[in-house]
Amino acid sequence: MFESLGWLPTFPLLGFLILFLSGGGLPKRLIAVIGAGSIGLAFVAAIVVALPIISGDAEVIVHEVYTWMAVGSFNSAFGMYLDGLSVVMILVITGVGFLIHLYSTGFMIDDPSYSRFFAIMNLFVAAMLVLVLADNLLLLYLGWEGVGLCSYLLIGFWYQDPANGYAARKAFVTTRVGDTSMAIGLFLIFTQLGSLDIQESMALAQGEWGLDSGYAVAAALLLLGGAVGKSAQLPLQTWLPDAMAGPTPISALIHAATMVTAGVYLIARTHALFELAPDVQLLVALIGLATLLIAGFTAMTQHDIKRILAYSTISQIGYMFLGLGVGAWSASVFHLMTHAFFKALLFLAAGTVILSLHHEHDIFKMGGKWRQLPVAFASFLIGSLALAAFPYTSGYFSKDEILLAALELEHAGFWLWLGGVVGAFFTGIYSFRLVFVVFFGESAGHHEAREVTGFSMAAPLLVLMVLALAGGLIHVPTESVFAASEHGEHHVSALMHSIMIAVPLLGIALSYLFYGSRTLSVERLMSNTIAQGLHKFWFAGWGFDGLYRRLLITPYVWLAAVNKRDVVDTAAGLLVTLSEAGNSLLTRSQSGSLRWYILSVVGGTVLLITLGGVL
Amino acid sequence: MESIPFEHGLMLAATLFCLGLIGVMTRRNIVFVLMSLEIMLNASGLAFIVSGSRWGGADGQVMFLMILTLAAAEVAVGLGLIIQLYKRFKTIDIDVLSALKG
Amino acid sequence: MTLLWILLLLFFGGVFAWLSEMLDSRLPRWIALLSVVATLIPLMQLYGSFEAQRDSLWIIEFSRSWIPSLGINFLLAVDGLSLLLVGLTSFLGIIAIGAAWVEIRDRVGFFYFNLLWTLAGVVGVFTAIDLFLFFFFWEVMLIPMYFIIAIWGHENKRYAATKFFLFTQFTGMLLLVSLLCLVYFFTIQHGYLSFAYEDLLRVEVGGKLEMWLMLGFFIAFATKLPSVPFHSWLPDAHSQAPTAGSVLLAGVLLKTGAYGLIRFTLPFFPESSMKFTPVALTLSVISILYCAKVALGQSDIKRLIAYTSVSHMGFVLLGIYAWNLIGLQGAVMTMLAHGLSAAALFSLAGGLQGRLHTRELGRMGGLWALAPRMAVVALFFSVAALGMPGLGNFVGEFLSLLGVFSVSIWAAALAALGMIVASVYSLWVMQAVFQGARNTEEAQASLSDLDARELSLYGLMMVGLVLMGLFPNVFLDVSAIALEHLSSASDAFVAVRERL
Repeated sequence: MFESLGWLPTFPLLGFLILFLSGGGLPKRLIAVIGAGSIGLAFVAAIVVALPIISGDAEVIVHEVYTWMAVGSFNSAFGMYLDGLSVVMILVITGVGFLIHLYSTGFMIDDPSYSRFFAIMNLFVAAMLVLVLADNLLLLYLGWEGVGLCSYLLIGFWYQDPANGYAARKAFVTTRVGDTSMAIGLFLIFTQLGSLDIQESMALAQGEWGLDSGYAVAAALLLLGGAVGKSAQLPLQTWLPDAMAGPTPISALIHAATMVTAGVYLIARTHALFELAPDVQLLVALIGLATLLIAGFTAMTQHDIKRILAYSTISQIGYMFLGLGVGAWSASVFHLMTHAFFKALLFLAAGTVILSLHHEHDIFKMGGKWRQLPVAFASFLIGSLALAAFPYTSGYFSKDEILLAALELEHAGFWLWLGGVVGAFFTGIYSFRLVFVVFFGESAGHHEAREVTGFSMAAPLLVLMVLALAGGLIHVPTESVFAASEHGEHHVSALMHSIMIAVPLLGIALSYLFYGSRTLSVERLMSNTIAQGLHKFWFAGWGFDGLYRRLLITPYVWLAAVNKRDVVDTAAGLLVTLSEAGNSLLTRSQSGSLRWYILSVVGGTVLLITLGGVL
Repeated sequence: MESIPFEHGLMLAATLFCLGLIGVMTRRNIVFVLMSLEIMLNASGLAFIVSGSRWGGADGQVMFLMILTLAAAEVAVGLGLIIQLYKRFKTIDIDVLSALKG
Repeated sequence: MTLLWILLLLFFGGVFAWLSEMLDSRLPRWIALLSVVATLIPLMQLYGSFEAQRDSLWIIEFSRSWIPSLGINFLLAVDGLSLLLVGLTSFLGIIAIGAAWVEIRDRVGFFYFNLLWTLAGVVGVFTAIDLFLFFFFWEVMLIPMYFIIAIWGHENKRYAATKFFLFTQFTGMLLLVSLLCLVYFFTIQHGYLSFAYEDLLRVEVGGKLEMWLMLGFFIAFATKLPSVPFHSWLPDAHSQAPTAGSVLLAGVLLKTGAYGLIRFTLPFFPESSMKFTPVALTLSVISILYCAKVALGQSDIKRLIAYTSVSHMGFVLLGIYAWNLIGLQGAVMTMLAHGLSAAALFSLAGGLQGRLHTRELGRMGGLWALAPRMAVVALFFSVAALGMPGLGNFVGEFLSLLGVFSVSIWAAALAALGMIVASVYSLWVMQAVFQGARNTEEAQASLSDLDARELSLYGLMMVGLVLMGLFPNVFLDVSAIALEHLSSASDAFVAVRERL
């Protein structure tokens, strides 16, 4: 019964509708069953539809539900399109999504807004599925905005604290900047090519726009704007660290595994367009590189366990962008998948740590917790190994492919590779800094830690641990999607390869010296002013927030406040003033003296007669 | 029969009208103002009659009859108002009576 | 005949509602509701036969001689465009009556009389195709609205009502003068007097004078729309009007301006409208961005929503001056969707004011915990207003922008920035009212959530917006034929469009 693609988003949507319409009146157990069960059903449906494609029986499955909008020459269907690329996405979304939902049933159990949480989570999954299954850019945009809305709602889930509301609005508005760019890109594509259907418009673009043509460059740039916003890349990355204000499962699902990778998906989906604009494609790589380095530096300085993971997410998506930029489409999608495994694992483990330590976020107030929190410790260890690309973990395979592909690029290739390797070094440092500080050393806080576990929370962690370790063995079935444009085997020297293996290990070792064995002292490093200044600068995320505040937010708010009374209205006010002045002028002539009136009547008559005579 | 020249009649009417006008403009006593108004009305009536006889039509006399009735009505109402004003304000000086000032 | 029935239902319904107050003060609202609901029946029938306009210009016509010596006839007709707008009027009439249900306590009969006469005036405006009759209805809808604001409004009602009246009346005069000039030219060119729409389409004025006449029409309609710089009556009128007044004002009265532009200004004066396009596009972009910015600075929730209305109506102006079907359809869709979303937001603001006795945002906050249903409803409509795909407003704004993009890339790109600023103010309102810490004022302690009556009203509008967002063609198909007819309405119009 699940053959139709239409079932996929329907299950989560139904879950949402039931929870929404019941208005929170259902018992918690039932809410959990509906909330997680709908995603489970969607996962089953996803496997059913994915099987033919994975086994190679079919290359694509198309399903058109109905015509959404038809105006004159403009036509947009509510149509779905499944190929190797979207197969990866739907399996990640529903699979990892289901695990996170399952985890949430335990994690959120004490929250009074249990129903609201699952309602929005289900809506999110539905929107995300629409995003990746859409066969045209307008429908993709629907999913794109839908996930943005859910992200907003979930970041501000605990709405009582104004700071959460601020973070939520920041996330929405910042991504909206990118979305608007993308919308303009859609206008351009439709106006020039006459279609928003992805496959059709890509084919048309290849036919009608030449390599490096202005339209191709403009369209690619505009779509890149959207991708950059959603995937928290430079210069729109500032919203993601603040987005950690939401409950931790949200961070795992939306701000690590699925939504933030939508930008990567968009570029991979429209790769034909980017191939027509090599300069823009290089820009994608450079943005990815700059982002992964900047976020890597920042991650090393943060104290908040979730912010570290957030910056690490930004950095890892930077790798994916780097991969897209060098044309390693499959490698990027591969990294997207493995990243979803190990980052979801890390976030869920962080959630367990936070919950067990009574909502403590500062890693320096944790310390030495590996005995008390064995499951979380194991998860963190495995997750961090994968994150740092420890050989033969999932992250190793995917990151390796991206870097090797970068190396093969002409001209800039070596430098992109080098940057990526440096980034991997930082990844090793910050990921294990987290592990050493939280789980080893002396217990800094006086928290009485009791690990919160239970089947619903432990099982997803275990599954994700397996995936984070062995996920690299999964084959990504995207050959048919990117067939025309990908290189085969990579040939690099053993030296390069060993560098790539060694560098993260060096990072881990350095981290051990600083935070594990304490043979090197952070305090000594921080004793001079330059280091302190740098630390402060990195800690503040390279000052982007301050820059935007000074450049955009403050002036805009000031303008709005200063013009509260609307200057245009003064024009209307001027009319009022004028007529009142005229009134008082004429009132003065109304003296009440009868003789004065007569005099003016006579004077007027004489004047008129004279005028008549003259004319 | 030698008739009075038509210009003379008009001249007389104009003079009377101006006299009345000056009276209206300069007198402060409201009874005198009313009397001056009567003079102005009669002056215009005279002008109607004169011009009526000049053209040999009856229109001038008809108009005069109307002015006559109008003047009578006006005097009746006007004097009534003046008596009321005097009763209320104890004065008939129009410079003092400016309560209708806008 | 059907059209006359709709008008008579509203006119006489109003009179009966007024009279019935003498029997029982609860009677007027029931009579008003019944007569508005009754108008839906003929409208449904007309909707069922909208295909009829393929062969003729109109779905249905009604014509009677009125003042033959001046060439004035009582001509009513609907095509797809007016049918949609009349439908919107009736729908929002029901919403307005629902909003006034308990809010209006004194002079109830006279209130519903005014309400129904406003509706009748609006329906007349949408259906009249004799320009004299059109002008008559244009004035008819104005006066009862004036009373609604001036009698049942809030603290500064006289000022607001007078401002509203003067703005509309003055620009109405410009419309009348231009109209009379147009008729004069028709008489010279064709030898007989006529105010009929189809006759006046054939007038050729030409030259500078055409530009002036076009401006007369444009300013009258742009004031109603409203567009910068003629918008400043709107925030005052909205903040002072009772809820039902705001609903009608935002929901339907503003749409008469857009309707006038589509139906009259462009087809009557194609040549000069074409020349005027850059100015109109600039005005719409300024409306969108400037008013969104001013909205953020407001502390009065109704003023804020009023400014957002101006901002959204900018998309309508933008779509109209795109000179293509996509843009026009975008304008129509924005009109419908904004009619619902703005009406809902004003009702919510009215509901808040009724409960908290204030419109100041600073005195609200944290209401989610107290009134979760209200919060969810408000969230829905805020999100609709900021252009979430899947809801009606998005379809409208997207099509408007798409239509304009092929004409002026810069206008489209700048107007698209409106989507960003819309999210800034919409979410700010949600934060200020429903999220954050609880405000400790006493009035909030006893805040009641939405009751069944309110929920059903909002539910209706929510279903409407989702329907528009997911199945826009239910509406677009109806207006498509009408807009195609319109674009070939006169030879001059066709000629101008072909040059594009």
